[in-house]
Amino acid sequence: MPEMTLIEAVNAAMSYEMGVDESVIVLGEDVGTNGGVFRATDNLQQQYGELRVVDTPLAESLIAGMSVGLAAQGLKPVAEIQFMGFIFAAFDQIICHASRMRNRTRGRLTCPMVLRAPYGGGIHAPEHHSESTEAIFAHVPGIRVVIPSSPARAYGLLLAAIRDPDPVVFLEPKRIYRAQSENVADNGQALPLDVCFTLRQGSDITLISWGAMLSETMQAADTLAEQGIDAEVIDLATIKPIDKATILESVEKTGRCVIVSEAAKSGGVAAEISAIIAEEGLTSLLAPILRVSGHDTVMPMFKLEQQYMPSVKQIITAVSKVMEF
Amino acid sequence: METVAKFEISYSQSLNVSSQLNISLEQLAASGISSAELIEFYRTMLLVRIFDTKAIALQRTGRIGTYASCLGQEAISTAIGNTMAAEDVFIPGYRDAATLILRGTKMEELLLYWGGDSRGMNFSKNTQDLPYNVPIASQCCHSIGIAYAFKLRKQPRVAVVVCGDGGTSEGDFYESLNAAGTWKLPIVFVVVNNQWAISVPRSKQSGCETLAQKAIAGGFSGEQVDGNDIIGCHLKLQQAIENARAGNGPHLIEAICYRLGDHTTADDASRYRDAAELEQAWKEEPVARLKNFLSENQITTEQQLESIQQQCSTAVEASVEQYLATQEQAVSSIFEHMYEEMPAGLRAQLTQLESQ
Repeated sequence: MPEMTLIEAVNAAMSYEMGVDESVIVLGEDVGTNGGVFRATDNLQQQYGELRVVDTPLAESLIAGMSVGLAAQGLKPVAEIQFMGFIFAAFDQIICHASRMRNRTRGRLTCPMVLRAPYGGGIHAPEHHSESTEAIFAHVPGIRVVIPSSPARAYGLLLAAIRDPDPVVFLEPKRIYRAQSENVADNGQALPLDVCFTLRQGSDITLISWGAMLSETMQAADTLAEQGIDAEVIDLATIKPIDKATILESVEKTGRCVIVSEAAKSGGVAAEISAIIAEEGLTSLLAPILRVSGHDTVMPMFKLEQQYMPSVKQIITAVSKVMEF
Repeated sequence: METVAKFEISYSQSLNVSSQLNISLEQLAASGISSAELIEFYRTMLLVRIFDTKAIALQRTGRIGTYASCLGQEAISTAIGNTMAAEDVFIPGYRDAATLILRGTKMEELLLYWGGDSRGMNFSKNTQDLPYNVPIASQCCHSIGIAYAFKLRKQPRVAVVVCGDGGTSEGDFYESLNAAGTWKLPIVFVVVNNQWAISVPRSKQSGCETLAQKAIAGGFSGEQVDGNDIIGCHLKLQQAIENARAGNGPHLIEAICYRLGDHTTADDASRYRDAAELEQAWKEEPVARLKNFLSENQITTEQQLESIQQQCSTAVEASVEQYLATQEQAVSSIFEHMYEEMPAGLRAQLTQLESQ
């Protein structure tokens, strides 16, 4: 089993699926000879040719809209938006077309496309390169939003996203692109979408997170264990639609919940999870739900980005508050 | 200084405002347009005009919702439908009844759509054509993907995409022209320049002398044609589609016509449009132009014309009956086709709605 980083797993998943399914086509800016600015598409053009690994003109709306057209013709486009900060030029195509082609033609035309984009802060990138705006996409009916948090889940979830018959926005936490390696079997085995992954069993509190913040969340869980607090850690993984059952079951067991997210606080995915628990799991709660998140500010330029993003310490403080309630 | 590139935009017209042919009858015959075909052109244009009138009446009486009329665009829309092959893919805007009907869409399907029922876009025959596109010019990007798929599969098929004069100001339009030229895709862009984007006239839409010249920036050719001249539209479309099919890349046709109606039934064009301009435009409209040509050249008799009129009215009435007799969709249809398989959360919302 080869050791892979998250970015290598993304590459391996695309390469695997292109090898077994001729209808898969990769497109985006610099995805060809250059192999993508993060090397997510490294060597794909050499392997599968210029017609199937397409350097597009610099035009994000075109990339998304063209993918809608490719998908309407039965192909499976896997499009890259170079950074999530540039995805908004493509948003019209996602919300007005990709998400509703199936519905508005009563299933006659469908949109099995994947729109990949690196997201999140922590790599000292320029402006517009570090935001976490997943909630904006999670609000759109008709699409899936998927975020991996490890090489193995990146591989399995991306395969699932490519095979999914509906549009998937696949957001890659670029801070952990190369943070860890693990053994990933490159065997074409997909992971399920629409479900959370419980990364750590616990009985005192449920910690829910996704993407890069799971790394801080797991570290916090380790420290909490030393203090005698047994935290359960859930990787949300599919941001839309949310796997309510796993979350509610866990909160029923622990009675407490802290949600950790890098995104701005208001109207975020953490708020949605809180609402789900309030609506359907209130009687399980022993304490208020707390959110540890970014702030309702512009994502600061990189000198201050570490201060913007939730820290292990902040997670532990929030957990302590909940435990002491 | 040297000139490194030079461009030209032509304008052509085959059947002029006075219903005279600018080309010889021999040229017309050589281009493959027979008398029988001219009669069919007329039949389609008339059918759509009657359909259009009926649709507005249905809106006024509350039996369909807001309707976007095709009045004045019958010639270019008919020409597109007649020159495309069945295996080609049509990517419409939302005033393309003639093209869609020629490609197999039933009039009752169009009425369903305008009647607020998404089943109208579930075309029973032309199943690969895209549905009507309401956000302006975003369909141009879809046509790139569709044409790219043809190229990838080495299929001799063509994508024909329509947008309006207003649409040519959109980013998606420019992004698509640029991509079409870059990859030399089999696409024909048809800009139906009906002079008005709701209340904004062509003169305020762009500083370009022609909208056709926007193709030049995309790296391919564009031209203008009299959009009220079904013969000219047909010949130009035929040529562009065959060229694209032969692998010679994209082309843009700007069809100059006039939006004889309001933007939609929710609009009142008299607020912003001069009555004299409209009156002049009616003198150039496409249906009468062809009808006069057919009569003056004894291609059809009065009796034949009357019979065509009768047949078209009967067909439109039948489609209205069919539409009105269509059973409404169940509430559950709102939730269907959101995803191939309904996610658990959505199913729960449906159950809740149905129980209320």
